[in-house]
Amino acid sequence: MTSHHHHDHDHDHEEGSALADTALRVRALETLLTEKGYVDPAALDELIDTYEHKVGPRNGAAVVARCWSDPAYRARLLKDATSAIAELDFTGRQGEHMIAVENTDKVHNMVVCTLCSCYPWPVLGLPPVWYKSPPYRSRVVIDPRGVLADFGHSVPEETEVRVWDSTAEVRYLVIPKRPQGTDGWSEQQLAELVTRNSMIGTGFALDPSEIISSESQA
Amino acid sequence: MNGGQDLGGVMGFGPVVDEPNEPWFHEPWEARVLGLTLAMGALGLWNIDKGRFARENRSPAQYLSWSYYRIWLAGLENLLDQNGLRDKDATAASRNLKPLTADKVAATLARGGPANRQPQSPARFKVGDSITTNNNHPQHHTRLPRYLRGHKGEIVIVHGAHVFPDDAAHDKGENPQWLYTVRFKATDLWGDDKNPNDHVHADLWEPYFV
Repeated sequence: MTSHHHHDHDHDHEEGSALADTALRVRALETLLTEKGYVDPAALDELIDTYEHKVGPRNGAAVVARCWSDPAYRARLLKDATSAIAELDFTGRQGEHMIAVENTDKVHNMVVCTLCSCYPWPVLGLPPVWYKSPPYRSRVVIDPRGVLADFGHSVPEETEVRVWDSTAEVRYLVIPKRPQGTDGWSEQQLAELVTRNSMIGTGFALDPSEIISSESQA
Repeated sequence: MNGGQDLGGVMGFGPVVDEPNEPWFHEPWEARVLGLTLAMGALGLWNIDKGRFARENRSPAQYLSWSYYRIWLAGLENLLDQNGLRDKDATAASRNLKPLTADKVAATLARGGPANRQPQSPARFKVGDSITTNNNHPQHHTRLPRYLRGHKGEIVIVHGAHVFPDDAAHDKGENPQWLYTVRFKATDLWGDDKNPNDHVHADLWEPYFV
């Protein structure tokens, strides 16, 4: 074994130990809080199950698909997103005050929380690690087009890039542009094109060909 | 506070890396920390602003080197100890606290914690008005990031009065203040070499303006 490999091995070992320490620390804390009666173990399981299995970006995709399909819904969504999203039963924690921002040929919207990790939980679920991490939070406000390039995308120079820094309890949902070639599609079919990243603004809705090619590969 | 959490415009962190098919949690303990934080928050002993301050109020080195849920764990431990909840004799019964039960989880999450309140005074600004942000550097919790201090912006949305985090995080009451979405030019914030079409928006309370 070279010294280089040896170093990597030690590094992994140290990181592994820190993780194990944290896992033990959390287990001890959970035991203490449960024994003291502050935490009901069944409620704890229910909270975790909610965010692991019941809430996620499929909710937001349903909102976007309805917005694309129903002009009256789109008008309500752009006027009062909290109420319009509640029509689909997506409400509550981290989505109390919603704003929908629509991408067009002239405007591309991107959402961030530079100060912590504010994110519209009822429509997107919990945020991905990159959204919560320093590379994105530091850079999207000063170099949004560079961040978009990290995701493999770009918008024309003349398109306005509009970054929304979620500094209060207002949460933002990006409505991506409806892909071409989807005339007559049902809301359910359209929702398949709506990715999580397209509703944050670090991606676009999928082109119909991307769905077909992924299905034929499967 | 000018801490490690105030990241807008800081350089050197490298590219943004999207993990394909990312799991909701990378370690089982992360899920427990999320659940414990939400369950303990439901006791009503602290608000979201105190929670945020408990996470950010540490050395930048620690904030930047710890993972997200490791910071959440430390924040929760701080809140527990500020409230004496880990003291030897402290229990839910002795403190007259009612834990969140499983049957109430869905309704509690669906209700959330709206931050809008009755205004204490008329709004000073309307859509289209020009404002200048303060260039103060408070040591307490604040939601005016450093990169937006001392800049001109335009009011684009008036949200009504919302709980004022600078006070709510420090036991000074909710002190509702008018909240606005403010539009800043990228070239004003970051210099003439930025794209003149681009803008940054942020939600800012009236006391943040000159």
